[in-house]
Amino acid sequence: MAELVPLLKAEHLTMRFGGVVANDDITFTLQEMELRCLIGPNGAGKSTFFKTLTGQLVPTSGTIAFRGMPIAGKASHEIARMGIGIKTQVPNVFNGLSVRENIWLAVRRKATPRQQGPAVNAVLEMIRLTDYADSIVATLSHGQRQWVEIGMVLAAEPELILLDEPAAGMTDEETFHTAAIIREINQTRAIVVVEHDMEFIKQIAKRVTVFHQGRVLVEDTVDKVLADSRVRDVYLGKKVAA
Amino acid sequence: MPRHYRLAAQTVAVLMAIVAIALVPGVIELFALMQLTLFAAMAVLALSLAFIWGFGGILSFGQTAFFGLGGYAYAVAAINFQDSTPAILLAIVIPALFAAILGYFIFFGRISDVYLGVITLTVTLILFNSVNSTSGDAYKIGTALLGGFNGMPSVPTFNMPFDPSTVLSPEQSWWTTAGVLLAVFLMLRLLLALPAGRIIVAVRENEVRASLLGYDPRLVKCLTFILGGAIAGLAGALYVNWGAFVSPTIFSLSLSAEIIIWITVGGLGTLLGPIIGCVVIEYIVAYIGSQQLLNANLVLGAVLVIFVLLLPKGLVPTARDLVMRLIPDSKPKTNGPSVQSAAAPHAAGAE
Ligand SMILES: Nc1ncnc2c1ncn2[C@@H]1O[C@H](COP(=O)(O)OP(=O)(O)OP(=O)(O)O)[C@@H](O)[C@H]1O
Ligand SMILES: [Mg+2]
Repeated sequence: MAELVPLLKAEHLTMRFGGVVANDDITFTLQEMELRCLIGPNGAGKSTFFKTLTGQLVPTSGTIAFRGMPIAGKASHEIARMGIGIKTQVPNVFNGLSVRENIWLAVRRKATPRQQGPAVNAVLEMIRLTDYADSIVATLSHGQRQWVEIGMVLAAEPELILLDEPAAGMTDEETFHTAAIIREINQTRAIVVVEHDMEFIKQIAKRVTVFHQGRVLVEDTVDKVLADSRVRDVYLGKKVAA
Repeated sequence: MPRHYRLAAQTVAVLMAIVAIALVPGVIELFALMQLTLFAAMAVLALSLAFIWGFGGILSFGQTAFFGLGGYAYAVAAINFQDSTPAILLAIVIPALFAAILGYFIFFGRISDVYLGVITLTVTLILFNSVNSTSGDAYKIGTALLGGFNGMPSVPTFNMPFDPSTVLSPEQSWWTTAGVLLAVFLMLRLLLALPAGRIIVAVRENEVRASLLGYDPRLVKCLTFILGGAIAGLAGALYVNWGAFVSPTIFSLSLSAEIIIWITVGGLGTLLGPIIGCVVIEYIVAYIGSQQLLNANLVLGAVLVIFVLLLPKGLVPTARDLVMRLIPDSKPKTNGPSVQSAAAPHAAGAE
């Protein structure tokens, strides 16, 4: 029975900002444990889509169901408690607090006080910031702050993880590490990743959804999508060909 | 500094504060003791805003609304009951309830920070004007005449708990007021060390992130605001106990502005700083007042400008930074990774 209900189902989702239609009648389905990449040129509406999924924006029309429960229009913290975690495109971290405290704030919602210490340490290890545990986040590099945010998302153990450009500003080696982490957490959880870096997409992707001007342009396996001429056209020389 | 070291130092500091509070009446004149009692009451008010602004990120321009409500609640209740025990309790509960109602509309109505300032300011003005226009026998709560702009004279001062016949002496009043100051300070320190306090700070740091992790910033801010209102109300009771008198000037906007100056001078984001800022500024104001040479508001303005320009962090954080620099071992965590981790193999930290 449970298998029949998709993890996430958005139907006819539209988000307008005045005259701008950022999301235009989007229908999107994600199964349990799925790993999906979401690509599309700048302004295609990817981040807006994530914001409606996480309660940062209330969609103009349409429905969103998380395991069958409607979530469109709910407050962010309610959706977070239901099990959706997000790393936003513009980093959202607690700048004035230490790395450890950032992670702890994410861990403590689910873990008992006894579990919290080990859980925080495990996440620090995973994001390779153990040596920086007591540093104030504001003093870290941009790439490290990205890691802190990814660490917080992982630490909260959500059922669905949304990552908006997780590899932005990372070195090749760091990007590779991110891809490895994504594959690892996908063993137990569903993930949607927005990325522009096609090398990165190739490292992780199974199915890819392409947004263009607020609509779903194509949705298929990574090879078919990258071979699709329409996709090449909308990217116009972006790294797709590589 | 290792943890147990710091804890020991803090315990010693608290013990020293207790001893100082206990011994002060034996050392100074009655007049000076009365002045210190007033400063201690005001310092409790300073703590209320230091907490909600410095840790909750809520800048209220009308903290005197709760201070005044506390003062009036105390006065009315003390006159009616002829016992300060329930009156002090009401001086905490009534401002807290008022803060709950106001906070509900402000935070759950998703009103922006600018309007938060405007609303708190307006509410204070409304309270001032309302209480100001309660002259005449019609404005009576129980046996207590509100008295309009003349205020309420001869308010019963604190008595021993549940023993109205034993009124506190000035020394006992000092011990009570300074004791409350110390207790509120320690309670806030404890709260800020507990998960609840860490969440309050997290919401100040980044509301969006907090909500994306499942914390409700509206609720957190509302509760912070309520606690701030309760503490300000308690300060109001201490203030009325000091003067046995309350008038609408307790709601004054200039006092609201003064609290902000105390905190700016002492150090936003600390609890000790605003207490020091309050005492220093109030001492200066009282001194200038007795000299009649300069205008106190002018001097206050100058002090504020000097601090904003030269010591923008305020006294306590600046002093702390100095100490950290002088004692290399005590490097704060803000200074980034330790030497050992800087040699770690990954490329990070090369900012
Ligand atoms: N708050 C807003 N108000 C008005 N317009 C907005 C707002 N947020 C997004 N938009 C517009 O909606 C469209 C989609 O923006 P969105 O950020 O979702 O694109 P994106 O696919 O994430 O782009 P990028 O790859 O650059 O991150 C853009 O035209 C953008 O200007
Ligand atoms: Mg985007």
